[in-house]
Amino acid sequence: MDPRFVYDSFVQLLAGVPLTLELTAFAFALGLLLAVLIALMQISGLRILRIPAGAYVFAIRGTPLLVQIFLIYYGLGQFRPTLQSLGLWQFFREAYWCGILALSLNSAAYGSEVLRGGLQSVSKREIEAGRACGMSGLLLYRRIILPLALRQSLPAYGNELILMVKATSLVSIITMMEVTGIAARLISETYRPVEVFIAAGTIYLIINFLLTRAVSMLDWWLTPHLRGMSTIGKAEQAK
Amino acid sequence: MIEGAAMQPVISLRNLRKSFGALEVLKGISLDAHKGDVIAILGSSGSGKSTMLRCINMLEIPTAGEVVVTGESVKLKKQGDGLAIADRRQIDGIRARAAMVFQSFNLWSHMTILENLVEAPIHVQRRPRAECIAEAMALLEKVGIADKRDAYPAHLSGGQQQRAAIARALAMHPQVMLFDEPTSALDPERVGEVLAVMRALANEGRTMLLVTHEIAFARDVATRVVFLHEGLIEEDGPADEVFRNPKSERFRKFISNTQHR
Repeated sequence: MDPRFVYDSFVQLLAGVPLTLELTAFAFALGLLLAVLIALMQISGLRILRIPAGAYVFAIRGTPLLVQIFLIYYGLGQFRPTLQSLGLWQFFREAYWCGILALSLNSAAYGSEVLRGGLQSVSKREIEAGRACGMSGLLLYRRIILPLALRQSLPAYGNELILMVKATSLVSIITMMEVTGIAARLISETYRPVEVFIAAGTIYLIINFLLTRAVSMLDWWLTPHLRGMSTIGKAEQAK
Repeated sequence: MIEGAAMQPVISLRNLRKSFGALEVLKGISLDAHKGDVIAILGSSGSGKSTMLRCINMLEIPTAGEVVVTGESVKLKKQGDGLAIADRRQIDGIRARAAMVFQSFNLWSHMTILENLVEAPIHVQRRPRAECIAEAMALLEKVGIADKRDAYPAHLSGGQQQRAAIARALAMHPQVMLFDEPTSALDPERVGEVLAVMRALANEGRTMLLVTHEIAFARDVATRVVFLHEGLIEEDGPADEVFRNPKSERFRKFISNTQHR
């Protein structure tokens, strides 16, 4: 192994970092929006909403992301005339948008389960206090339920963010030149997979390290009410 | 006309019934609470006293009967075997006028004490922020925890949390206050500080309905006592009178049992 070549590859791969981050950010944001919607459908108690949401999560979580990417990128090509007539072909023609769509749909399925857990963890008593003060519907969600649920979900959702960073490497298969895409090109030019992949792995490691730190900081900042208190101490205090 | 309005009860329950499945918890309760009344609602567990209180602000929807709060009859519609809320907005308004204090405080854990107090005045009643904050500070002063304004509920003792919850209820300018066993979840040495706050409110002439196990407090502070047994009112009268000369044998037993503890 040649350290010098690892370093050179590292520098070249940095060119793919912006695209990796862009794909992550887009997919994560869209995924989060969709995840909130699906989680609310799941806990709505209405069969007509719960069943489609459950089926969606079941299908997406039960199939590989790579298969989903192929289905969207190659599969939708079969419906080109229909998509053209709907004016959507512009969108599905681009590997970029197909990749983001697949990643978002995937993230939404996993994220919705995390949020569902968070929503279900919100204390019935705090919700009841909100109702007793005259809050209902959106106001109750906006002021009480969602702030508590999102805080509860944050650590687990940070995990989802990291999975998403790594999942973007899969869209290199559909021609996207993010970090892994550039790595694959370098290997085909140099036949030195060890150095190139070590460099690529290091980049993902650095990105994920920084994101993990950022999520912990956000968590710390959002939960002053839990600071300096063990679970047992809290139960005692509540008496 | 004005005198008529003054005589009108703040809360009026008419033949109130509530069932949970096959179990009928309230079997026809009628009760009027007038301005300035401090009504202690007593009864052994399972007698339906908390359910009755929770039917007033519709945290439980009655199965039959009528609830009138500050002259406004709660609009309910038929649904299946029972009733359902017909006008969401009306209920939200009534809930702000009949503020509730819970057994386990139920403060919002992600908000500071001050934020807990101004939440409903700002977001439900849409009053000016500065006014709400100034008023909340005065209320915290009144219940003796002004120094805790920026603390979170989990960092307070139970007694302090319950006093904060009482201040949160007061912040909405309620016309009547509903207390649901406010001292039952407290350590014995914390009960006194909460009762002192409630006594001060009673002395101000506030209308209060109080579900409690504190017989001594009821005897001392309440203007009227209502004793529930198996979903019906068994004894009802001025506090000093019912304790001195109870009409119902069950209530006589109930007070002698609780006094010997």
